[in-house]
Amino acid sequence: VVAVALEAEATVDASPEPGARVAEPTRMARWWRTIVRSLAPVILALVAGGLLLLALGQNPVSFYVAVWQGGVESGGWQNSAVLMAPLLLIALGLIVVFRAGIWNLGYDGQYLLGAALVAGFGPSILATWPTPLAYAVLFLVAGCAGALWTLIPAVLKAWYEVNEIITTLMMSFIGVGVANILVKGPFQDHSVNIPQTRTIPFSKLLPNLSGTRVHVGVLLALGAVVVVHYMLTRTSYGLRLQVLGANPRTARHVGINVRRVIVSSFLWSGFLIGVAAAVDVLGLWAYVRANWNPGYGDTVIPFVFLARLNPLAVVPFIAFYAVLSTGGDLAAQQANLPTDFLLVLVALILLFMTVIEYLGRRRDLGQSYLTPGLKEALRRPLVRRRSAQ
Amino acid sequence: VNGLLTQSFLTALVAGGIVAAVPLMFTALGESVSERAGVLNIGLEGMMLLGAYLGFLGAYELHSEWLGFLAGVAGGLSGAIVMALLSVSMGLDQIVVGIAITLAGEGITSVLQQAQFKGKFPGLGNPATVAIPGLSRIPVLGHSLFDQPLLVYLGIGLLALVAWVFRTTSWGLNLRAAGEKPEALDAAGISVLAVRTYAVLTTGALAGLGGAYLAIVGANTFTPFMTQGQGFIAIVIAMLARGKPLWVGVSSFVFGICLSIGTALQLTSINISSDVISMLPYIAIMAALILFARGSYLPPALCLPYVRGGK
Repeated sequence: VVAVALEAEATVDASPEPGARVAEPTRMARWWRTIVRSLAPVILALVAGGLLLLALGQNPVSFYVAVWQGGVESGGWQNSAVLMAPLLLIALGLIVVFRAGIWNLGYDGQYLLGAALVAGFGPSILATWPTPLAYAVLFLVAGCAGALWTLIPAVLKAWYEVNEIITTLMMSFIGVGVANILVKGPFQDHSVNIPQTRTIPFSKLLPNLSGTRVHVGVLLALGAVVVVHYMLTRTSYGLRLQVLGANPRTARHVGINVRRVIVSSFLWSGFLIGVAAAVDVLGLWAYVRANWNPGYGDTVIPFVFLARLNPLAVVPFIAFYAVLSTGGDLAAQQANLPTDFLLVLVALILLFMTVIEYLGRRRDLGQSYLTPGLKEALRRPLVRRRSAQ
Repeated sequence: VNGLLTQSFLTALVAGGIVAAVPLMFTALGESVSERAGVLNIGLEGMMLLGAYLGFLGAYELHSEWLGFLAGVAGGLSGAIVMALLSVSMGLDQIVVGIAITLAGEGITSVLQQAQFKGKFPGLGNPATVAIPGLSRIPVLGHSLFDQPLLVYLGIGLLALVAWVFRTTSWGLNLRAAGEKPEALDAAGISVLAVRTYAVLTTGALAGLGGAYLAIVGANTFTPFMTQGQGFIAIVIAMLARGKPLWVGVSSFVFGICLSIGTALQLTSINISSDVISMLPYIAIMAALILFARGSYLPPALCLPYVRGGK
């Protein structure tokens, strides 16, 4: 088994960049390279976002200062820390599937279903059962709801190779609808005019760390980071995920039950995203309103990639985004911009990330930064190639 | 059940179905071009929104729906140029770039709309329609089927044109080779990157046109996030139609009907929650995917960047 595992690991190491045969750089140089390549996209995106703000007639410096003031100073860091809890758990859920080379883009549906169930059952369960037991049950319910919602895409992918990007997205739209139906139907609190669930009493929410507004859910999320990191890097299951992600044919060849790994990674992913919803509702919101969607997943994706699918490395990136998001909401309000401006920043980070990754790979290989195709495209953008060659 | 067969319900259903189907048709047609060439375009949603915003802006500022459609094409193209540069010329991950374009399209159109109109949503007039003589006077459905804006007829013509290009021209063959076996195309002396670039640009232009139609004809205004996942529905339509333009038309109409059922039902006494109805298209798609799981077809080189001399 060890021999197989080692062999598999060798394949994994060799496979990410076809044709890349690089002289091994020193440890320091590798660290430095990773840091530069992870931070540069963020910085470039902030600069480009600043230029966009200028174009909109805003002062980018005062915008970013407002972000810092709102997200860090005078207690803002506590709001940012609270926001980190669901973001981290969703990031973990994405890392588990992305490592296996599978796209779970159904996070919104999985999250909202979990949230609706916790907010719906929470008030009555917390009122009658002992609190720790009630928490455990609610976490499980949300996690299982999220996991269940990935089951159809997982089975379709594992047995019929149906593109999971499409199926998870479609299930996500359905999940958002079901969550809305639950909130407006069986879970609705009729004593309030707006369709929303009953509110969990303040005393029954997750306890805060002493002297702060930061609830213990944040610690739970950080604990989950360590556990998932261990699972992915120190267990055979983690290795199986990675082999599958690197090369499905190799995975089949070394005797990995590919179908089982696909389904189980989907289930873990959905479970973690469901738990994220439970932490968020039990720690912060206390109720769910109809048509509410915080849209965490879309914004988490770039940071998961920047952290190279490494659970420990994702923590600082999520902390950065939590500050950007908490402060950004306030700064956008001050500047009279919609908060959707943050989406543009996130998209810019993704684009710069792919470009820098590309440039870095070219540099490692000692080649020009421009591919032959790009050079040709620059030289003769619209000439018909067919006659030219 | 009797309420379902009234004339007002049927005309509302069919007319609304066509209005909802046309953006899907243009976008899915574009997607089937780029899927054929081996580029999965997850950024469609963003390109549609860019097209919708610029299309609306063009029609509103220049007082001409045709200039609006043209501006919409330009908006879709702007997203497609980024896509073509990054994931065709540079060979970067198509899915990551696509997600980025969708997010950027959502964010930037919302920001610009707010900056331009300060929270107001000005409307446009109803677009002019062209009635086909004779056919439009058929009782019950004639008026709702055959009295459409000119662009709808042009769109159906475009379907036929693309079908003809796919089937009989060497361009069509090149496109297919770029998705099925790019090495073979390269060996035949035709640039894979050029073929894919043109395919992606075509997709962007069509998605922009679809978005512009959605804003100018469908909604008569632009609201942020107005596409509500239609870009993704278009991808599924292209997949289920297996790249056949005529099937793209048929399945767009079916999904258009799904999208318009909600509004049409308001004319009847049947009372179903709007949440259930808004889920219908997605449930229909999941059902189609489960039933025809093995029927959807994707080219083997889809999502794989082409590197000459790569493995």
